[in-house]
Amino acid sequence: MTNTEQIQDRPLLRVQDLSKLFPVSSGSWFERDRSFIHAVDGVGFELGRGESFGLVGESGCGKTTTGKLLVRLTDPTEGHIIFDYGEGEPTDIATLKGKSLKAFRRQAQMIFQDPYESMNPRRTIFDTVAEPLRTQKIGSPLERIDRVAQMLEMVGLTPPRSFMFRHPHELSGGQRQRVAIARALVVEPAFVVADEPTSMLDVSIRTGVMRLMEDLASRLDISYLYITHDLAVARYMCDRIAVMYLGKIVEMGETEEVLQNPRHPYTRALLSAVPVPDPAYARPPVQIEGGVSIPVDPPARCRFYDRCPLADDFCRDNDHPPLEEKAGGQMVACYKA
Amino acid sequence: MNATADSGIARNGGRRPLLEVRDLTMRYTTRAGEVSAVDGVSFSVERGQALGLVGESGCGKSSIAITLLKLLPENASILEGEILIDGVDIAPMSEEEMLEYRWARVSMVFQAAMNSLDPVYRVGDQIVEALEYHVESARDESLERVRELYDLVSLDHAFIPRYPHEYSGGMKQRAIIAMALACEPDLIIADEPTTALDVIVQDHILREMKKVQRELDMGMIYISHDMAVIAEVSDVVGVMYAGKIVEFGDARGIFESPIHPYTRALMSAFPSVTGEKRDLTTLGGEPPNLLDPPPGCRFHPRCPYATDECYTQEPPIVRQGERWAACWNPPE
Repeated sequence: MTNTEQIQDRPLLRVQDLSKLFPVSSGSWFERDRSFIHAVDGVGFELGRGESFGLVGESGCGKTTTGKLLVRLTDPTEGHIIFDYGEGEPTDIATLKGKSLKAFRRQAQMIFQDPYESMNPRRTIFDTVAEPLRTQKIGSPLERIDRVAQMLEMVGLTPPRSFMFRHPHELSGGQRQRVAIARALVVEPAFVVADEPTSMLDVSIRTGVMRLMEDLASRLDISYLYITHDLAVARYMCDRIAVMYLGKIVEMGETEEVLQNPRHPYTRALLSAVPVPDPAYARPPVQIEGGVSIPVDPPARCRFYDRCPLADDFCRDNDHPPLEEKAGGQMVACYKA
Repeated sequence: MNATADSGIARNGGRRPLLEVRDLTMRYTTRAGEVSAVDGVSFSVERGQALGLVGESGCGKSSIAITLLKLLPENASILEGEILIDGVDIAPMSEEEMLEYRWARVSMVFQAAMNSLDPVYRVGDQIVEALEYHVESARDESLERVRELYDLVSLDHAFIPRYPHEYSGGMKQRAIIAMALACEPDLIIADEPTTALDVIVQDHILREMKKVQRELDMGMIYISHDMAVIAEVSDVVGVMYAGKIVEFGDARGIFESPIHPYTRALMSAFPSVTGEKRDLTTLGGEPPNLLDPPPGCRFHPRCPYATDECYTQEPPIVRQGERWAACWNPPE
């Protein structure tokens, strides 16, 4: 018993100094001095068991790339992703190959933003949901039918038999996203990376899918890395969040704490830009100008320097600030916060 | 007969509103059948007023935009109704006559508009071209006007002679807004103009559109699925469901005390980053297929308050105080 308690206390994932650089070809192809986009740059965080951890930020901040690294849809340039299966020693999955990578894939699944794009339109719903079972060689063909039916039932596509042999185009957006959730969860993964899973859904359908994801997480003991640009959705879906800017985590903490008491000037700007569904509310002006750039060979200093209302010479002359604990337990990467 | 149009006149002290839409029905003919995407819709917009049209995909809000501009695809037609601009009905007008209205009187900003700039021409030249089509002016006058427009939408003059690929997404959308304002239209129709943009850029563009609309005393129809954006830009709000306006009225009133069960459901399903973290409610079911809309009230299959009447009789949009709502049993 003490043993299981200890496991519960250990984080499921520990991400350390994770980086992903994409080469940018400039000039001739044999040129040596290539430039790199620093899509993810020294990112570190922990994902607890049963926790929902949010990555938020604007487009191009590196949140989707981080998600893909965690399920090894793309290979990291540097860093560690220590995954704790619960038995045996925790493994660094950043460098896994072959059989052990395939075994890991059973533990890590991904749900994409656009369920239509992420499904083969010529396959039936049954084939789509059963596919991970086939690749992982789980169950006999008959058992797979049962398993898929069970899964469809769980995601609210009932009765399953009326959905199994339909094609994606015969389903509504909300139903398709439920199929995508069923496909991700059918192998009973330990964690799921959900990349904007509800951003293409209408409001009246979105809440249902959000509920479903929460409900399944507690029933199947799943941890989420929840990626979203929508801070209001993150407020409802995430226990903790990390705010990313140009490949770096600039602030991290309990969701409500970060949203109510943002410390980093970027988090503050981002929050003040979110429209509020109350015509009587006068939103304070956003303190920053300009848009997000692309971090091609960025200078060593703080990534937010160019747009920061607080930046001074110290910020210009020093490296990007480390992510440090500030009062209230929040982690903030800022010299001035 | 026409509650919303009456309201416009009443509030305007008897003056005619800038835009008055009466019983407008627009229909698509598809292989699967006929679809009334806009079905008997009436509303009005005054000068200096922003009307927010909010609803989910397929509710007909974008169809209203293209109908008002008469930019209809071949399989669509206006079945009935009037579109009065300063009292003149543009619904029966020919394409040739419409050229006088489009851009000059009524202009538009669409969601995909930022991709509608021609990549091989300088952005400034494209605006000059739009200007010279409608307003006779010398080249240097046009350029001066472009500079004014760039100031209006906070774009740097240095970008006037640049090509679209040198603009960011937000800058392209600003240039499109500048173009839409070029001929000083009376009415601007904006259909999800910031939906593809990040929040900080969206914030700047919303503020600018609002500012320009007020400064130039234009009417604006702002179409969005996003309740929060609608709350921020609108003076009056129309909530659409399955081709119909189900509730219409002053923005504050609608957000503070929605009458229609669908409006209520939308409000309580929409998360906010500010204020108390309340439970979000879930609305069951999905919007109806307009090829075969349900009889009676179109919302009845999803409505927790539906009674027998709702299954068979379509509720008319009626006035309740300062508000109009189409519901047989508005919940207390």
